[in-house]
This record gives sequence, C-alpha cells and structure tokens, in this order.
Amino acid sequence: MINLCHILNHLNNSQSQKCKLKRMIKIDLKLFVTLSKYLPDNSEGLEIPDGTTVEKLIFDVGIPKELVKLIFINGKKQNDSYQLKDNDRVGLFPPVGGG
Amino acid sequence: MGISNLKARYDRNFNTLSIEEQQKLGSSKVIIIGLGGLGGSVCEMLARTGVGHLTLIDGDVFEASNLNRQLLCQENLIGFPKAQAAKNRVNDINSQVKVRCYIEYVDESNLYDHIKDADVVMDCLDTIDTRFMLQKAAEKASIPIVSGAIAGVAGQVTTIFPQDKGYELIYGKKGRHQSTGVETKTGNMAHCALFVAALQSSECLKLLLDRGDLLRNKLLIAELWTNTFEIMDLV
Repeated sequence: MINLCHILNHLNNSQSQKCKLKRMIKIDLKLFVTLSKYLPDNSEGLEIPDGTTVEKLIFDVGIPKELVKLIFINGKKQNDSYQLKDNDRVGLFPPVGGG
Repeated sequence: MGISNLKARYDRNFNTLSIEEQQKLGSSKVIIIGLGGLGGSVCEMLARTGVGHLTLIDGDVFEASNLNRQLLCQENLIGFPKAQAAKNRVNDINSQVKVRCYIEYVDESNLYDHIKDADVVMDCLDTIDTRFMLQKAAEKASIPIVSGAIAGVAGQVTTIFPQDKGYELIYGKKGRHQSTGVETKTGNMAHCALFVAALQSSECLKLLLDRGDLLRNKLLIAELWTNTFEIMDLV
C-alpha cells in the first residue's frame, strides 16, 4: 500500500512537472535602438515557455548577447538570469554613450 | 544683480521660480564637460535660466558633421574651438554670467581640479571611459553628476550622487565596457540631442534648488520613433 501511494505520488509529480514545462506565458518585448531589427512579430503578447530566462529569450530572438547592455523587467533593472513571468514587460537596450 | 534688474531679465521665470530661487541660481556654479550636441544646448539653457557661474570644457573644434545637431556650431565656426564658442554665446545671451572656458580634453590628470569647486557637474561627454573617470573625480570632490547620453533618436539621463554606483549600473563594471556605444552606428539627431539636453538642464536646476524629483538611481530612457518614455529603477 505504501509503495502504491509512493508510485501514484511520483506519477502525479511527473505529470504536474510536464504540465509546468509545457505552460506558455505571454510577455511584452521592446527592443531599442540597434536592437529593434531583431523584434519578432507579435512582440506584444509574445508567447514563450514559462520559466524562460532573459538569456534564453535573447538567444531565441537571435540577438547577439554582447549587444545587450541593459535589461529592464517591469521598469526595474535585472540581469540575464531572471526567469520571466506571465505579463512581464521586457526592455532590452544596447550601450548608448554619445554626446 | 539688483532686485529690479533681476525681475526684468527673469520675468518669465516667475513664479515658476521665486526671487529667492532665482538669486540662488545666480550664485550657483556649474561645470559642463563636453560642448557638443548635449553640452552646447545645456550651456544655452543654463545661461538663459540664470545659473551665475559656468565653467565650460572641451578640447575639440567644430567640424562640418556637427552642423546637423550642435546648437553652437555654425558654418563660419568650422575649425573654431567649441569651448570658446560656448563662452562667446553665453556672454551674448547673459553678460551677468561669470563664464570660464578651457580648450582642453579631460582625463584623470585634470578632472578633479576642474570640477572641485562646482555645485553640479554636467556630463555631456561622448566616450564611456571618460564618464567613468569623471565619476571617480566627482566622488572625490563630493559633487553630483547629471549625465546624458544619446544615439540616433534614443537617449538616457540619470543623476549620480558621490556615494552611488552610477555608471557601473548602466555600462557594467569599469574596464568591461566598450568606450563608445551604438551612436557610432546610428549617428545623433538634433531633436533627440536637444530633448536630452533639456532633461539634463532640468535635473541640474532641481539639484541646485533642492526641489522636485531627481533621477537618482533611476535611468530615464526615451526612444522617439516609438514615443517610449520610461523611468527605470537601477537598484
């Protein structure tokens, strides 16, 4: 009986993890200045897998990583390990230094 | 300046500013480093508003490519030092401003001595390396920096106090950044340069008058193709 419960729990956890991995979220993506050419279609409400990091997003969109200097999520600076959440507003900025 | 003269010259500053605030500006000292697209316009606005002491520094001379955006650049001034042109312009606008100009580039050897007596230093530079040098000198001198940067039709503004992390939050750790940004690819447009210069001037006046909200530990980002204006938290 104990073994059966253990197996059932294990199956349930596996299923919920599978569901979690498949769950898609929507984000708003803005790319500025020289990055704007990498902007995908449907950048407002862009669907990505839940748990995607900004680093992965940058890769998936096709932006060379070294071109991104500033990452803003919902108006706050973040680093590229940030895990994106549903309805996040993402802004990526290159280095700007002219006077 | 006597009260009656002050009232006449700055009539349209009142009552956005009080007489006391106008007098405070008159005794304030601001140094502007870099007199190109940003610095030339900052210089014009601060002189008109009535900042009483301006120190202007730039080692460069005007060239034809400056004509598209630099307020002080004219066809008859190609080859003329920007700092001297800025001083002449301030004298023409407001002879009551005490203005000094230095036709020289700044680096670690001269920055501290130039800025140490100022109330605010305006970063209108065009290289990221020199911005880091300026922050080091301003930290030593305990002077706030108002920084502006532009590329194409995008710009950013922030205000850095001596104890703040400042540029590291924007460009990354010192030494791990490029010396220039994407402006080398995009160029710089006049309307964006003047827009960012206006925001810098506003920050400067707020600092001098201890009034309003500052962009401390915040970065105002603007992108004019898309009418994006956002204030981001840097910490």
